[in-house]
Amino acid sequence: MFDEDKLARIREARVRWAAGSPPGPEAAAAFKTVSGAPVEELYTPLEVAELDYIRDLGFPGEYPFTRGVQRDMYRGRLWTMRQFSGFGDAFDSNRRYRYLLEQGQTGLSVAFDMPTIMGYDSDHPRSRGEVGRCGVAVDSLADMEILFDGIPLDRVTTSMTINGPAAILWCMYLAAAEKQGVPLEKVGGTIQNDILKEYIAQKSWIFPPEPSLRLITDIFAFASRHVPRWNTISISGYHIREAGSTAVQELAFTLADGFAYVEAGIKAGLDVDEFAPRLSFFFNAHLDFFEEICKYRAARRIWARHMRERYGAKNPRSWMMRFHTQTAGCSLTAQEPENNIIRTALEALAAVLGGTQSLHTNSMDEVLALPTEKAVKIALRTQQIIAHESGVANTVDPLAGSYFVEAMTNRMEAEAEEYFRKIESLGGVLAAIERGFFQQEIADAAYAYQRAVESGERVVVGVNRYLSQEPVNIEILKIDPAVEERQVQRLRELKARRDNLAVKAALERLKQAAQGSDGLIPYILEAVKVYATEGEIVAVLKEVFGEYREQPLF
Amino acid sequence: MREKRIRVLIAKPGLDGHDRGAKVVARALRDAGMEVIYTGLHQTPEQVVEAALQEDVDVVGLSILSGAHMTLVPRVRELLRENQAGEIPVLVGGIIPEEDARELKEKGYADAIFTPGSSLEAIVACVRDLAGSK
Repeated sequence: MFDEDKLARIREARVRWAAGSPPGPEAAAAFKTVSGAPVEELYTPLEVAELDYIRDLGFPGEYPFTRGVQRDMYRGRLWTMRQFSGFGDAFDSNRRYRYLLEQGQTGLSVAFDMPTIMGYDSDHPRSRGEVGRCGVAVDSLADMEILFDGIPLDRVTTSMTINGPAAILWCMYLAAAEKQGVPLEKVGGTIQNDILKEYIAQKSWIFPPEPSLRLITDIFAFASRHVPRWNTISISGYHIREAGSTAVQELAFTLADGFAYVEAGIKAGLDVDEFAPRLSFFFNAHLDFFEEICKYRAARRIWARHMRERYGAKNPRSWMMRFHTQTAGCSLTAQEPENNIIRTALEALAAVLGGTQSLHTNSMDEVLALPTEKAVKIALRTQQIIAHESGVANTVDPLAGSYFVEAMTNRMEAEAEEYFRKIESLGGVLAAIERGFFQQEIADAAYAYQRAVESGERVVVGVNRYLSQEPVNIEILKIDPAVEERQVQRLRELKARRDNLAVKAALERLKQAAQGSDGLIPYILEAVKVYATEGEIVAVLKEVFGEYREQPLF
Repeated sequence: MREKRIRVLIAKPGLDGHDRGAKVVARALRDAGMEVIYTGLHQTPEQVVEAALQEDVDVVGLSILSGAHMTLVPRVRELLRENQAGEIPVLVGGIIPEEDARELKEKGYADAIFTPGSSLEAIVACVRDLAGSK
């Protein structure tokens, strides 16, 4: 970007400047990002001398999308404000969704309870004590109908955080939309459906990798033909980061997963441009402001380059990385929870400056329990203030060209590429998972971070600096213990009232299909429509596919 | 003669897969010279207690972030008692609201509870104490 003469003059001036500024009192301390990456005192054109504007940044909405995926970014349309939410039974959560929509939220995001996430019905012995606790309990289409009662599914898009049993919950959602009279081609939303990061970090799996990948590519194929507005996967770095990774690890492992899905789709016989435009991503917004912004910019550039150059995608939409962001749950502190409002605001600002397509802001009390209505409202207001009051949405990618931001973006891209080579040398993502590579990298980073907090090297306000002895005194959301009983009772009634012969027949057909090589979505859809439960469908698939087991390490 | 090393079971009962805390604590205890057995994820209370007995541990640490603590912690304690091991101290870590923490301690289901923001130093000291009081 700069000619040699000018660079030479800057270099000279810099040497002079450095000689004239004696080390300050803090010079001995290492300046590092929250991920432990070094940060220099000053960045100049010298650090980005190789930067080529057209090649490395380009224009927003154009390859390589470093500056954003839309031409006009937030001037055209603000990001979707999408608060992840769900608790109790479908009635409780339906009320919360309606409340959030009334408050100006523009999309829904469903949190399921652990039994739903793990494929157990509410009456399973392993579900005891967990029903409706950290999300909403959904056992069958009947619950899904209640969950979206009075919410028009042709106008509201919904994101569902579901992975192992994603195909089943997705089919329930599609069936619920059809019951509202909404044709499938009008239904929009996202399923997380990212099983690789489950093995790596979040650890909510059901089936082994191979059949899991089959279900995922079945979803790609069905959606591309019948549900064109659906984002079939949300390739997630969020959980990798929450599990303790660094920013670069989050970036590299998530993109490596993304490439693995692309390869699985191609291997399943799909054309890359048929499914790649519907792939979406999900990143964390942690506290280190610039590191996060650079992470998003690097992610877009890496994805575009690999999709075009390595996988031969021709459709620009296949090159475009669209992503959701959630502020970092792991950055919140139980001490002085009100401080979490500030942390979340800074993180949300980074996500916006990084060009996110949708955003969830955590509530201050989520480190203690599920959020109260009041806490959720403050979190949503945080986004609205950034959008409408701060002025940051007025221009596209305002930090581009900052020597620091571009140098850090470059560094993160280079370090991610190094991880890709390492993963390749281990035999690819699945082989690396089997060897515990990601798991160990993340556990090491988590431990290093915790030690830095313990030693005081990393300051956490209210935790290891500026401590106050006042007890925490904020209102906490309580889940009625009767939710579990009510849910189990409703499930019992459903099983008595539905056409059990039809259920049995649909499950039998699904089992046969699973033993063969047919796409499974039509069979699952048929089963959910006659009110087969999630647990019943999972049980059939477990019989054929088996279950995943992890070798625990720490 | 060298003092016997403290043996600790770190367990993840229930369905949640959030194992960051469990693993960090397990490592800190190991670095503090203890023998740590980590069960891995998705354990039933029965599996946790079986492991505790088999490994003859001095302390059981449970990590729960799914909100199921009011079911799982009492169940582990009851099973320990049924197996004549009710004296093994139980330490709980996770997202545990203050009110629940008080109840779990008052009713004798848990001997100590650590929520987010707890220091490893405090946890290590607590395990030492509990192991000594057994």
